[in-house]
Amino acid sequence: MTVNGWLQIALFGALLLALTAPMGAWLAAVADGRRTALTPVFGPLERGLYRLAGIDPAREQGWLGYAASMIAFKVAGFVLLYLLLRLQGVLPLNPAGLGGVAPDLAFNTAVSFLTNTNWQNYGGETTMSYLSQMAGLTTQNFVSAAAGIAVAMAVVRGFARHSAATVGNFWVDLVRVTLYVLLPVALVVALVLVWQGVPQTLGGSVDATTLEGARQVIARGPVASQEAIKMFGTNGGGFFNANSAHPFENPTALANLVEMLAIFALGAGLTSMFGRMVNDRRQGWAVFAAMFVLFLVGVSVAYWSEAQGNPLLTALGVDPTLGNMEGKEVRFGPALSALFATVTTDASCGAVNAMHESFLPLGGAVPLVNMMLGEIVFGGVGSGLYGFLLFAIVAVFVAGLMVGRTPEYLGKKIEAREIKLTMLAILVLPLVMLGFTAAAVVLPGPAAAISAAGPHGFTEALYAYVSAAANNGSAFAGLSANTLWWNSTLGAAMIVGRFFVMIPALALAGSLAAKKTLPISAGTFPTHGPLFVGLVVGVILIVGGLTFYPALALGPFVEHFALLQGTQF
Amino acid sequence: MLRSIRPAIVMIVTLTLITGLAYPLATTGLARLLFPDQAAGSLVMRKGGVIGSALIGQAFISERYFHTRPSATVEPDPADPSKTVSVPDDASSSGGSNLAPTAKALTERVAGDVAGLRAENPGAPIPAALVPTSASGLAPDISPAAAAFQVARVARARGLAPARVQALVEAHTQGRLFGLIGEPRVNVLALNLALDGLK
Repeated sequence: MTVNGWLQIALFGALLLALTAPMGAWLAAVADGRRTALTPVFGPLERGLYRLAGIDPAREQGWLGYAASMIAFKVAGFVLLYLLLRLQGVLPLNPAGLGGVAPDLAFNTAVSFLTNTNWQNYGGETTMSYLSQMAGLTTQNFVSAAAGIAVAMAVVRGFARHSAATVGNFWVDLVRVTLYVLLPVALVVALVLVWQGVPQTLGGSVDATTLEGARQVIARGPVASQEAIKMFGTNGGGFFNANSAHPFENPTALANLVEMLAIFALGAGLTSMFGRMVNDRRQGWAVFAAMFVLFLVGVSVAYWSEAQGNPLLTALGVDPTLGNMEGKEVRFGPALSALFATVTTDASCGAVNAMHESFLPLGGAVPLVNMMLGEIVFGGVGSGLYGFLLFAIVAVFVAGLMVGRTPEYLGKKIEAREIKLTMLAILVLPLVMLGFTAAAVVLPGPAAAISAAGPHGFTEALYAYVSAAANNGSAFAGLSANTLWWNSTLGAAMIVGRFFVMIPALALAGSLAAKKTLPISAGTFPTHGPLFVGLVVGVILIVGGLTFYPALALGPFVEHFALLQGTQF
Repeated sequence: MLRSIRPAIVMIVTLTLITGLAYPLATTGLARLLFPDQAAGSLVMRKGGVIGSALIGQAFISERYFHTRPSATVEPDPADPSKTVSVPDDASSSGGSNLAPTAKALTERVAGDVAGLRAENPGAPIPAALVPTSASGLAPDISPAAAAFQVARVARARGLAPARVQALVEAHTQGRLFGLIGEPRVNVLALNLALDGLK
């Protein structure tokens, strides 16, 4: 580890802190339906969309209506994306002449992008036409993110309102988030990335004759526009197979910094939006603080691990001063690779600037644990906040049990119905992650897709289902998962991981909105101080993390000790 | 649910037109206007032909050139599509080795590469950028230590004074942005082009 490495991590933390409050103010204005600086630009378009869709923007929905609209929108999105992928061979904007995508891969990809997972069982440059990348995948990068933020807004309204029957209008939230937040920021970030060297062209690949006279075919395309929203919407699906390690997706350290900030910007901003909407900004900062603590723990472990050389290679004479460089890029080195890996899995992004599969065992365990906790450290846009609030409810419940009082959070009594919904959302993730992994490693067919031997092979399969169910999309990419079994089970894990958390969260919002808000009394447990932050971090690690300890012991921990012993597989 | 069908269809179609077509096309237009070189892929031209991209590594084999990092890019085997063959620095099919840190395949590959590098420059420590493969398989740059390691070989093959080659390496070493962000590196294609330009 170097001083410079830590300084770069500190710089990232400071910039994130500076972005949080302005982003939160903007998001709160969008959620409340207030006029913004961009209303003169997008206002007519916004009103036109409502008219065309037959929506009265002033009419709010109950949680059930909100959820039904969200699901109807997802179904329509699935059908359109699936058809685009299957038919790309006969559609325009296909300079490489790529054929239609196979049915199981098209199913997996469509589910993957509409659940904001962006798991990719294909190499972008060898599979997807420009039309599929733009109209298919880029669109879902926007709207799956907007849907996540919309649900978070509905959940926050549940806390903020009292004796209310409605939690907002899904269509209004969807349109306003897309037009006023995602679109303008994505355009600016895309242009910054082009300035740094990310291509943005509809021209096909270039045939180059190298200095030594060999032929090199250089794939390019409309990369920057997708890259920007891929980060800002915590999507993570790369234009190219190598994702953000590819020099065309992430050419410089400055581009890398912008991309990492884009991943966390909305997750951090939403904590501030939460504080503003419940009329107590300290509540938002408490959530931010708990997330920031977990982020620091993760990045410290990952950087410590990756800054060491692989002892097996050091023994062969390779200089360990640059750290573990297998699957890493020189322009990022171990510090920025470890930071990126932590950020991308704290959030549900899943973009990678280094190959997680080649991380040392404990370094690779950091992204895995981040996803197992449910990606509540800033998290996926929207899903991070409502996922975190579920843990906050468990934390006040535990505190209530300790002192023998009915738990309250932000003046809302937390009762049996809320706890049941919360636990449903929290328990469904380990069930899917561990259940599918167990099946995949014992069945002979699926196990054939695993590339690594020994404990690392187990981690490879575990990582895949954890990533899918947590809607992350990063991979231990040695797995050859483009088979019927993996395409369909990973697709199922993504659906369960997205909607079995989203829908209980919306139900919770409906239930909380209907309650009265109790006045603060001397007996109220304050949820804005360090005691609450410590308690919620503890609950996240114990409830979220301990479930997975046996699986982690079988995978990365065993491999770590095997590596120390010099064992190879 | 039924009441949601019309808005669902209208929204997915209109938002596809806005975010999936208007947005990327507007970005393409603005990018071409503001940053035409970068938008086209930072292509490097020589004598009217494209010799590569400044951002994409290319495989160098000759002793007269500095070599890029090892690359794990592959393509389907023409003889058997279920298998793959190694095509280093294949810019139409990026990717890393994805080998586990404990994989036998990793140590076997590294042992072979280390032996070759030892023969080339006995006594010097083996720089990490010259043995482990990059994440993209298309890394355009190497660490300053990896460039310094190759100076003796390149100077010998070209009949140049090592000090002259070393000076060229130093001139092509890019530091951290503001002395803080990123890692020091040497762009191999730019360095090799400069080598060819030496009189």
